[in-house]
Amino acid sequence: MAILEVKNLKKSFGKTNVLKGISFGVEKGETVSVIGSSGSGKTTLLRCLNFLETPDEGQFILGGEEIFNAAVHKTLNDDEKRANRLHFGMVFQSFNLFPQYTALQNVTLAAELLEKEKLKVKKASKGEVRDAMDKIRTNAEEILASVGLSAKMGNYPCELSGGQQQRVAIARALALNPEILCFDEPTSALDPELTGEVLAVIKSLADRKMTMIVVTHEMSFARDVSDKIIFMGDGIIEVEGTPAEVFGNTTNERVVKFLNSVNK
Amino acid sequence: MTFLEVTLFLLNGFLISLLIFAVTLLCGAPLGLPIAFCSMSRFKPIRAISKVIVWIVRGVPLMLQIFIIYYVPGLLFNFPMFSRIDRFFMVNYGIMDAGRIAAVLIAFTINYACYFSEIYRGGIESISVGQYEAGYVLGLTKKQVFKHIILKQVIKRIVPPMSNEIITLIKDTALANCIVVPEIIKQAKELAATKAMIWPLFYTGVFYLIFVGLLTVLLGKLEKKLSYFRS
Repeated sequence: MAILEVKNLKKSFGKTNVLKGISFGVEKGETVSVIGSSGSGKTTLLRCLNFLETPDEGQFILGGEEIFNAAVHKTLNDDEKRANRLHFGMVFQSFNLFPQYTALQNVTLAAELLEKEKLKVKKASKGEVRDAMDKIRTNAEEILASVGLSAKMGNYPCELSGGQQQRVAIARALALNPEILCFDEPTSALDPELTGEVLAVIKSLADRKMTMIVVTHEMSFARDVSDKIIFMGDGIIEVEGTPAEVFGNTTNERVVKFLNSVNK
Repeated sequence: MTFLEVTLFLLNGFLISLLIFAVTLLCGAPLGLPIAFCSMSRFKPIRAISKVIVWIVRGVPLMLQIFIIYYVPGLLFNFPMFSRIDRFFMVNYGIMDAGRIAAVLIAFTINYACYFSEIYRGGIESISVGQYEAGYVLGLTKKQVFKHIILKQVIKRIVPPMSNEIITLIKDTALANCIVVPEIIKQAKELAATKAMIWPLFYTGVFYLIFVGLLTVLLGKLEKKLSYFRS
């Protein structure tokens, strides 16, 4: 059964219809790459999933449970958005690390704040709080080690390369154990020689069966790593299928044109 | 009068200058924050009101604002509040000029709060949307995002313009002498008038210079303390 089902997602900004009815499913442990030319609505799709935009129409069904239905939730209050967001992780094109915190603190910050909130409700003792914080830190250290940054935990973002910053951002998203991790063109802001290290991290997550939706312009990455490719054009899904299906023998004119233009 | 006596006499005045400085900073800096938030409010009337207030306060000389605060209650409402406070403190506690000083403190606080609010607004608006969004997708509330992510970056950015404003403030306190508050320049003028001594007027500059030197060092330290990150 699909872990995520998106049904008839629509979003417009003013008179511009950016998403014109998107439906797709993601299986647990699957890596889905979303490709397509700029302006086709790929980023907006991810922003809707993370509730940075509220969809105009559509439903999100996560693990069989409807977490969002535009017909019911015309607007979401902040608490509802928060609860929904925690199902998803998001890695941005421009990293958006918090500059005043070290790599480690970037990874622990949200987990610490959320845990403290819970412990406050439970009226936990100081010892319990300390134990919880220690656990969060140990977990964060492990995650940073897994993205190859053990040596950089105490560094501030301005002391890291773009590739290292993006790996911290991935670790930060992983720290909250999201069910689905979204990447919005994770390598587009990087120098070409730094994209490899970030893609390697994403690939290792795919190998560990993390469920991921990756918006990308890296065609070879999409072909080699994804279980499924979604090709978007002008607010709709033009083609959807395995890499072999999409790259191999599609007859869709738009896809052929797009692939020709990126392969040049 | 000896040099020491003049120094002490002027120092007395400079304490009043410092009082105006301290109260304006302690009250004006926090008051600037709600004004800044109003100027950025999504609710149009609130935004409009605060913009008009800021426009008036920044658009009229501070000296004129001191006159307005001091004289208007008496002229318009036949209630010369500040001269009554003057008299009340004089009669009951033997403290001089309490009402005048109060009027100056009010005028300075409002004036500087408006200038500070614009610095805050600029600082807050300069933080990229991505910083907020990165916090939101991690499940943080608006309040948590502002407190734990945005605030420190804003502080870092506003330290240089705030330093500028704070240094201007100590010199602006001289304007209080327009309603005869005995700050340092007023004291020096008094010496010129009663003892025919003109040099103390120029000597006052030394007091300002020393204090501004001190401020520069302190604010420079703060700036350096925040230089560990770039944003």
